[in-house]
Amino acid sequence: MEMLPIPFDPKVFLTDCQDGHGGRLGIRYVAHGADWCELALPFSLELIGHPARGVIASGPIIALLDMATSVGVWMKRGGFLPHATLDLRVDYLRPATPGRDVIGRGECYRLTRSIAFVRGIAHDGDADDPVAHVAGTFMTTGAGV
Amino acid sequence: MKLPPYAALLGASIGSEDGTAAPVLAMPFGNDVTGRPGFVHGGALAGLLELAAITALEHALAAEARGEAGFKPVNVTVDFMRGGREKLTRAQGHVSRLGSRIANVEAVAWQDDRDRPVAAARMNFLISG
Repeated sequence: MEMLPIPFDPKVFLTDCQDGHGGRLGIRYVAHGADWCELALPFSLELIGHPARGVIASGPIIALLDMATSVGVWMKRGGFLPHATLDLRVDYLRPATPGRDVIGRGECYRLTRSIAFVRGIAHDGDADDPVAHVAGTFMTTGAGV
Repeated sequence: MKLPPYAALLGASIGSEDGTAAPVLAMPFGNDVTGRPGFVHGGALAGLLELAAITALEHALAAEARGEAGFKPVNVTVDFMRGGREKLTRAQGHVSRLGSRIANVEAVAWQDDRDRPVAAARMNFLISG
């Protein structure tokens, strides 16, 4: 039997779910729409990947974009359906400015029964001057698919 | 070889160094790297792979007496092959080409069996100096 998406409010879900890796990074809800979600990664000295330059590591930006695109898929599906990230490609357009929070916006631009295609950006204040660009796919993992 | 503060957040450390190959990193399972219950977060796996790639590049630059060179990541492609379970994850990078300006680096992450990877990454770096 095919599983149906379970509708949910991403703001409530992300605010209540402060456990695990997303909670450790301090990732929080910003906004969402019919096929997208925006999350924030607060700046923290613990995220530094290049001590000499004070720039945060790129790993947390992947985690941010993974989560934002993931919720974007659920928005477009009309609710939660178990899925797994198949692949993500991230282009680092410029280093994030030290001290600034990073905003990740993930959008699902195409859905099939099994695969969701996503894209998005990360920026640190100006969406027209992004720090990273992401493209990736998710695959459904639920029973009956 | 010293890992950045982000490695401490992940709980990742250098597990073994045999001199010639790049060091193997080790990341224990724990709440700080959990995604959906019982599984490692994809972002934590990607972060570990990036650290392994960076460590491999530092290792390769040092072997060519270019240890002072700086580098920036240009991009990363991560393939997630299996769910990472509640156990230690290891990762190792391999520099497939080290040029004067660009380095191409691969990294693989596994748990029990290196031949059954949980995730793999390809990274390109721009080298300066």
